[in-house]
Amino acid sequence: MIERKANPKSINPRELGLKVGLEIHQQLNTKHKLFCNCPTILAREGEVEDTFTRQLRPTRSEFGEVDVAALFEWRKGRMYYYHAPRSHSCLVEADEEPPHEINREAIVIGLAVAKALGSRPVDEIYVMRKIVIDGSNTTGFQRTAIIALGGAIKLPSGKKVGIETIAVEEDAARKMKDEGKYTHYNIDRLGVPLIEISTSPDIETPEEAYEAALTIGQLLRLTGRVKRGIGTIRQDLNVSIRGGVKTEIKGVQRLDLLPKIVLYEALRQHRLLQIRDELRRRGLTEDELRNAARIVDVTSVFKNTQSKIIKRVISRGGKVLAVKLRKFHGLLGVEVQPGRRFGTELADYARFWGGVGGLFHSDELPGYGITSEELREVYKLTGAIEGEDAVVIVADKELNARKALEAVVERAVQALYGVPKETRAAQDDGTTRYMRPQPGAARMYPETDVPPVEVTKDMLAEAERIKPMHPLEKIKQLTEKYGLSSDLANQLLRSPYLGLFEELAAKYSDKVPATYIASLLTNILRSLQREGVPTGNLTEEHFEGIINAVANNIISKDAVPDAIKYLAKNPGASIEDAVRDLGLERMSLDEVERLVEEAIEYNIKAVKERGIAALSKVMGYVMPKVRGRIDGKIVAEIAKRKIIEILEERRRGDK
Amino acid sequence: MSEDPLPGYTGVVRKVLSKAGVSVGDKVRIVTSDGRVFVGVLMPRYSIKPKPIIVLKLDNGYNVGIRIDEGTVVELVKTREAILREAAAGAPAVIPLLEEKPAKKPQERIMVVGTGGTIASKIEYETGAVKPALTAEDLVEAVPEIAMIARIEADVLMNILSENMKPKYWVKIVDAIARHIDEGYDGIIVAHGTDTMTYTASAIAFAFRGLPVPIAFVGSQRSSDRPSSDAAFNLIAATLYAAKSDYAEVAIVMHGETGDTYALANRAVKTRKMHTSRRDAFQPINDRPLMRIYPFEKRLEPLQPPLHRRGEQELRVENGFEEKVALVKYYPGMDGEIIDFLVDRGYKGIILEGTGLGHVGEWLVEPIRRAVDNGVVVVMTSQTLFGRINMNVYNTGRKLLAAGVIPGDDMLPEVAFVKLSWILAHTSSLDEAKRLMRTNLAGEINPRLTVDLYPRWLQ
Ligand SMILES: [Zn+2]
Repeated sequence: MIERKANPKSINPRELGLKVGLEIHQQLNTKHKLFCNCPTILAREGEVEDTFTRQLRPTRSEFGEVDVAALFEWRKGRMYYYHAPRSHSCLVEADEEPPHEINREAIVIGLAVAKALGSRPVDEIYVMRKIVIDGSNTTGFQRTAIIALGGAIKLPSGKKVGIETIAVEEDAARKMKDEGKYTHYNIDRLGVPLIEISTSPDIETPEEAYEAALTIGQLLRLTGRVKRGIGTIRQDLNVSIRGGVKTEIKGVQRLDLLPKIVLYEALRQHRLLQIRDELRRRGLTEDELRNAARIVDVTSVFKNTQSKIIKRVISRGGKVLAVKLRKFHGLLGVEVQPGRRFGTELADYARFWGGVGGLFHSDELPGYGITSEELREVYKLTGAIEGEDAVVIVADKELNARKALEAVVERAVQALYGVPKETRAAQDDGTTRYMRPQPGAARMYPETDVPPVEVTKDMLAEAERIKPMHPLEKIKQLTEKYGLSSDLANQLLRSPYLGLFEELAAKYSDKVPATYIASLLTNILRSLQREGVPTGNLTEEHFEGIINAVANNIISKDAVPDAIKYLAKNPGASIEDAVRDLGLERMSLDEVERLVEEAIEYNIKAVKERGIAALSKVMGYVMPKVRGRIDGKIVAEIAKRKIIEILEERRRGDK
Repeated sequence: MSEDPLPGYTGVVRKVLSKAGVSVGDKVRIVTSDGRVFVGVLMPRYSIKPKPIIVLKLDNGYNVGIRIDEGTVVELVKTREAILREAAAGAPAVIPLLEEKPAKKPQERIMVVGTGGTIASKIEYETGAVKPALTAEDLVEAVPEIAMIARIEADVLMNILSENMKPKYWVKIVDAIARHIDEGYDGIIVAHGTDTMTYTASAIAFAFRGLPVPIAFVGSQRSSDRPSSDAAFNLIAATLYAAKSDYAEVAIVMHGETGDTYALANRAVKTRKMHTSRRDAFQPINDRPLMRIYPFEKRLEPLQPPLHRRGEQELRVENGFEEKVALVKYYPGMDGEIIDFLVDRGYKGIILEGTGLGHVGEWLVEPIRRAVDNGVVVVMTSQTLFGRINMNVYNTGRKLLAAGVIPGDDMLPEVAFVKLSWILAHTSSLDEAKRLMRTNLAGEINPRLTVDLYPRWLQ
């Protein structure tokens, strides 16, 4: 029997034959969007906007292929409620005007990246329509074009990871909320140019996945032509292990989570293979499983049930259906990822295909108000053998419950073969959940409204000019120009704040040392993050506000960590708010002198006896009272001067 | 097979491809002179400009263009037939869009007459081709909702781009519709490209002097191969109008606003395409919509009474359109020779699109007088579209009236053009033609323009 708990430490991903490919999407900082003249910045809250609602119909291919996820949403009457801020969207985003010609600036930036990666540009660029029917594109498709093929990146370890394609494409609308049958989107982000870099599945460890994403992100930032900040870069993954299946994982927003997601997916596939082996050991066949999996109405068992969920469903005219999973006893409670059991996977299928809220299974029962008597009855009605078979129970409208259980049986059949082909969504704890079946062939067809663009010598020359610098060259530049240590320069290069640093250093380095700005954006930020400060909330405006306040002697450097903590916890606030609320105004020098004199007076005996060695006593008196409102260095200087003055006076007095 | 195996390819590319014996749809392997290797399906090249570039669809679905020269090596990997055979074999069972069936089979029989444009289509992802749905079965498969409303049949009459429509095709469409009404259909839907829809729909409105059933013209502003197409929504609304309304009028049924909330049925002769691309491009001018239609709720909301109700009139058709009619837009400084030319070429009618209340430069009065004297019917409409012609207010207007110009009331210039084309095909009497031009035949003249009949951009 398999261990119930899934322990990530128990596996060695490389030995499992882990293979990972990355898809990195990064917003480009172009003047206007990819297919219209709208700006590429997002609307502020409360801007003048128009709204409209639309439906998207699943299209069907010549061979009848239809996107089931889209089909289900459409059948349920899913509508999309679009918010169209007037300053950030036009008829093109509203799908009321054909796209304009593709933005040449975006193509050139893409070509520059291609050159840096050693990719070969195509000779003519064709815009395609990739069907996406979740409402995030008003058209129902994403416009995307391959601009180069091939190339590679080199990781710090020396390992090479191949690049398969480089594409330029339009970003999707921003999802705001779900409200009944309406999904709300803001179309300000729709059409912002993205570059998509897809690697070969050469990555063999979770750490390599992290390094590869970091290396590509760093290269993109080195162009100086990409958007900065949270949400401007997103990663999708495809992960497999030996004997497993290439699984797509969508929407990894946080880079630091990436190795964990890869590890957990390797673990999930490994666990599914173990479940498969256990089922085979128990001698289960597909026929046996299917023939035994008769869906039975067990509503009568729950006439007087204590389960609130089931009671509610029955009172609304719903049914309780159950199915037997032959020889699955104990396996539904087996974890595939920390905190996610095989039963959870079944529940995901029930939700997706049946539209139900969830399910109950025998490995977690009795419980949830279901008694052992009721469970025994269900075993009897489904013909299941306790201790050998598992039963799954769904309470909902009859049709939904039936579809849910049919999906559960299909998923259980898949377990006999290992890992099913799925698209999964990344979650914040590093686990993933089933999102939808993987679409078959890429559903793409030509965007006939946009003429192809020939890649000319002029474009390639322009790309050459903005080609990102080699990282080593950049480090050299940072150390020479700003006097950073090579370690600090290297840290900056790996951080998302390189561009911000250069901007702030250019603006403030006559008043605030560039090394300080650099360490603020790296070390200081990192240690605050470790303390649990939500640094992800900090905007570029926040950082500039802080540096500006330091430059203008409004706050001292010692007050900076407190200011950052405040802003991270109150992202809507400004540095002025922080200074006011925390009382951080820099202390005047007069005030410091007064405090120091007071301290010397208080410690006069020690000062007289021990001279300058009494500095620590004086400081110990002053510092708690200034609470970061002035740098300790300045206090120390003043105190030293004052002590020396007193000692001199004494010497003079002695003569 | 006479079809070109290499559409869009010329010159050196064609030579290289022909030599390799490959055709569009085949999977090929290409090695360029600079050593790059590509494998993909050869696509047709639609670009108008001939360039030595071939288009390949890669395995990941993307198309890319590759520059070719004499040194390029092209090899066949797999034929188109083999690719399609494999795709068909691997295709999943077809899932219908809707699972439910109508509670009872609908009674109303609706004929969908196809004239061009596609209101439903399927994409062949393997080749990027868009295949129109032509038969009733295809239509119902693509838009199953319409089968819940009525029994749908289809008649693909012609396949003409909207801009290539001609009066002689109107005649064919009138004949087809008349035949189908005679066969007992409860309503007619005409699928038509949007650009000239008003012209054709107006032609039908004038030709049917007795109309017992509703006729809905429908089209799409977003092509039907895309998930956001307005085609299905409009088609459902048109089916509701044709099957469920008791308005025996020719209407244009399209989106009522940019969102998918309601469609409008607008009287054909008062409707104009007012936007190049919006879904709600069709707006009534100097008139109100006939009804609002909610396709999701299958609900019709009448907004003004029809000219005739279903079954009130017997079917009566007067088909035929005079082709020697011109629609001339006046502009400052327009040369009188343009009028002279039309007269000398034997034109029988001229619709002028004048300024404001119905004016043209005074130097045109003489050429116009000459036209009228030569038996040409000259009608004045306005470039402002909104409002009524009144040539009594200013001197030039009075001179034009004296020269024999007929004021076109509040008729749209395009509708006046179709109306005059129809009239001149059915009467040789000038006086009769002039009388009919001023007679309200199909609701094209609104005798009362109220304050609300004008859009305002700010409230
Ligand atoms: Zn725009």
